[in-house]
Amino acid sequence: MTYVIEGRTGPWEVVIGLEVHAQVTSQAKLFSGAATEFGAAPNSQVSFVDAGFPGMLPVINQECVAQAVRTGLGLKAEIHLWSRFDRKNYFYADLPQGYQISQFAHPIVGTGTVEITLADGSTKQIDITRLHLEQDAGKSLHDQHPSKSFIDLNRSGVALMEIVSEPDMRSPEEAGAYLTKLRQILRYLGTCDGNMDEGSMRADVNVSVRKPGEGFRTRCEVKNVNSIRFVMQAVEAEARRQIEVWEEGGAVEQETRLFDTGRGVTRSMRSKEDAHDYRYFPDPDLPPLVLEADWVESLKASLPELPDERRARYVAMGLSPYDAHVLTLERETAAFFEAVAKGRDAKTVANWVTGDFFAALNRTGLGVEESPVSAAALGELLDLIADKTINGKIAKDVLAIMFETGERPGAIVDARGLRQVVDTGAIEAAIARVMEANADKVAEYRSGKDKLFGFFVGQVMKAMQGKGNPALVNEVLKQKLA
Amino acid sequence: MHPTDFTLRGAIDALNEGVISSVELTTAHLDAIAALNPRLNAYITVTGEQALEQARASDARRKEGVTGPLEGVPLAIKDLFCTAGTLTTAGSRILGNFTPPYESTVSGNLLRDGAVFLGKANLDEFAMGSSNTTSASGPVENPWSRANDPDTRLVPGGSSGGSAAAVAARLALGATATDTGGSIRQPAAFCGIAGIKPTYGRCSRFGIVAFASSLDQAGPVARTVEDCAILLKSMAGFDPKDSTSADMPVPDFAAACARGVKGLRIGVPKEYRLEGTPPEIEALWEQGLAWLRAQGAEMVEISLPHTQYALPTYYIVAPAEASSNLARYDGVRFGLRVTEPGSDLRDLYERTRAQGFGAEVRRRILIGTYVLSAGYYDAYYLKAQKIRALIKRDFDEAFAKVDAIVTPATPSAAFGMDEKQDDPVKMYLNDVFTVTANLAGLPGLAVPAGLDAQGLPLGLQVIGKAFDEETVFAVGTAIEQAANFTALPRLRAGA
Repeated sequence: MTYVIEGRTGPWEVVIGLEVHAQVTSQAKLFSGAATEFGAAPNSQVSFVDAGFPGMLPVINQECVAQAVRTGLGLKAEIHLWSRFDRKNYFYADLPQGYQISQFAHPIVGTGTVEITLADGSTKQIDITRLHLEQDAGKSLHDQHPSKSFIDLNRSGVALMEIVSEPDMRSPEEAGAYLTKLRQILRYLGTCDGNMDEGSMRADVNVSVRKPGEGFRTRCEVKNVNSIRFVMQAVEAEARRQIEVWEEGGAVEQETRLFDTGRGVTRSMRSKEDAHDYRYFPDPDLPPLVLEADWVESLKASLPELPDERRARYVAMGLSPYDAHVLTLERETAAFFEAVAKGRDAKTVANWVTGDFFAALNRTGLGVEESPVSAAALGELLDLIADKTINGKIAKDVLAIMFETGERPGAIVDARGLRQVVDTGAIEAAIARVMEANADKVAEYRSGKDKLFGFFVGQVMKAMQGKGNPALVNEVLKQKLA
Repeated sequence: MHPTDFTLRGAIDALNEGVISSVELTTAHLDAIAALNPRLNAYITVTGEQALEQARASDARRKEGVTGPLEGVPLAIKDLFCTAGTLTTAGSRILGNFTPPYESTVSGNLLRDGAVFLGKANLDEFAMGSSNTTSASGPVENPWSRANDPDTRLVPGGSSGGSAAAVAARLALGATATDTGGSIRQPAAFCGIAGIKPTYGRCSRFGIVAFASSLDQAGPVARTVEDCAILLKSMAGFDPKDSTSADMPVPDFAAACARGVKGLRIGVPKEYRLEGTPPEIEALWEQGLAWLRAQGAEMVEISLPHTQYALPTYYIVAPAEASSNLARYDGVRFGLRVTEPGSDLRDLYERTRAQGFGAEVRRRILIGTYVLSAGYYDAYYLKAQKIRALIKRDFDEAFAKVDAIVTPATPSAAFGMDEKQDDPVKMYLNDVFTVTANLAGLPGLAVPAGLDAQGLPLGLQVIGKAFDEETVFAVGTAIEQAANFTALPRLRAGA
């Protein structure tokens, strides 16, 4: 099912490549010891190195290098044991050194691949061109004073991984799925928190359009898009703009554009002619980055289980591919599921977690890690079903109470007398009352209207405040109605 | 004997023997500075009070039995080294008001070893120059003058002209300097003193205002080779704050001075016989080789075939790195800011940098920006890097055959302050014998070896293998002893 946009001249294909800037999770910056915590007071996390003071020199933070290597391994990419830092020279008030240290010519990670899953269940490989390490710039604040700009250097020097994909995506959905998957991998690895609203992850979106079967046409780059939804919107808006240009008989110019989230359109930021000449050259303050093969191997050996592997394992445990996918989307969810599933039937647990538990979480608006119902508590609830203390219907009610009060399920069941009734005498008595009150329906049933069986089950359960054991109720009811 | 006439070694001995106190020694130097600096302009900033305080503290430490290797020794610090709490200008208007809150590793090492800082020595702006005439604080005068023309003021060389002039005129026992293309060795030679640029990576660059990061290296200037050895021992050492600093043990350089040269093979590069070199310099070179031969060394003619490309290569690589290193002087966070009401960021940059940088610095930023530009990078910068690799290889091959190389230090003696100022290329030629050691990262020592017909000092250069400063010091000492250089500059303390 190919995504196309119908233009006046026929269908158009969309070609998308993404450059994702992911902030490396680390205690200190890429080349200085300053802290990297989000939300600190302006200019409170700035060393003399970050502020570009005279005589200051960069020293590589080994942990940032390890994080980049882990990410490369997670993207099934080749790790370059020799890489190098270059200087990208340009002037801006929030770029203290007057250059950004980046790996232009020799990145630390080479080609890799990411498998995305689409809504229809199909999968697709998106190739990774490269991943390199670079410094972030500071932040210019233009809205604090009528005539002055303020500079916050807290971000200056923070380590970023720029992850560049091949132009392998063909629809907004694929772009969204790629970003989602990439973020998932980074979070599993613990190499980037993936919080796009805090700026820890942002994407430059390269878009071009073409007639089916053609080679690539000129692309435009939409800079700094900061949510997955906006990326998908930007792709479509930019594709439609380009189609319009081509269909009007014009030609798309290579340029850098910005996505106006309010109006849902892209607008020009700078054309190719205005492009900076960055005068890249190897940073003479930093020797080439040389990694030991053994060290890379040790990082590989200590890599956590990645989403694809975990999903496969869940399917092998008997889960549906869909449940496996949903449960592995977030590392916290998977951890929660595994904690509940330990020693219990995986499939039952999956049904409860993806069903009632997720539904309740959604209602509260909380994440798994903030859930008022712990994995242990949910497990206890499922044990109460398994040992027939309560039935499934009652369990749903108990779960709702657990979410409200935070009480343990056993306590709720005891305090409210919710134990299911397995005493056939009590069940028979309830059935007798129901049959007596519905003599006409009994007659109809006996004359062949089998569908009424469900009605009787419902009535009996209602008479027993839902506490009847469903199997026993069914069995006895069948006998009595026969 | 006047206290400023001590060598550094002599002063250390005198201090140790209780012949003189650090306060006395420091006071004598401060008096000399007060008398001569108004004319020589060797110091940009004199930190008299602080120096006396340090001297008193040193004398107190000595009483407690604590003596560092440089305990109580007064030194000058090139104003390219950041010194905590003391103005550090790099000889530029753009840093005219800059007082760093941190100490460079090299100057910190000297303080650790007990040194006293007299003040900050003048230099060419951002260490760019060979005459110390580009400083925003005005030119430095060479304490030497021509015998038959004593009124013509001569340059001390550059960029470490203030350091060299101060040491030659006895306004310090020694000084820190830096060398990117010859900035230690050429002024040392012009001022009749010794100076060594050690192996790249030997001294930390942390806290030194950067000119060209892959070439910059700190080193000492002093009145004897041994004094340089003593200072270098304190200055050098691995520094985790400089990624290009070498994690190597620092040998006892002073002990190596007395090794002698018997059995050493001394390389004599035929490509250094340049057309137009004054016969006196050719003759001095021959004399130096003869001295070494007489002490048991063997002379070996060697070839460094890419020598002729060294100067153009240097004047691509150094400005390229400088154009990027100096981008941080933008008027935003520190230093000079020139702005007009209502002006924008670009205007701030343009005014600040136009008024903050002098002509030579602007010229090199422009050259550097040009050679790194799209479309020119391959032809200039990349080509220069390839030639640099070939120059390094020349030395590797030569050092397979010899233990050290001896050449002239400079193609001329000190020149007049208004000579060569209109022709940058002529000025750049001053570095012709020295830039190769920077491009190859090798140690190079300048040692005074004689006088020209005008009575001006001339120096020889000893180039050694990477991290083999010890052999360089041994060869330098041998030349120094044979030369018995006792001539004194006209302008000096106690004269």
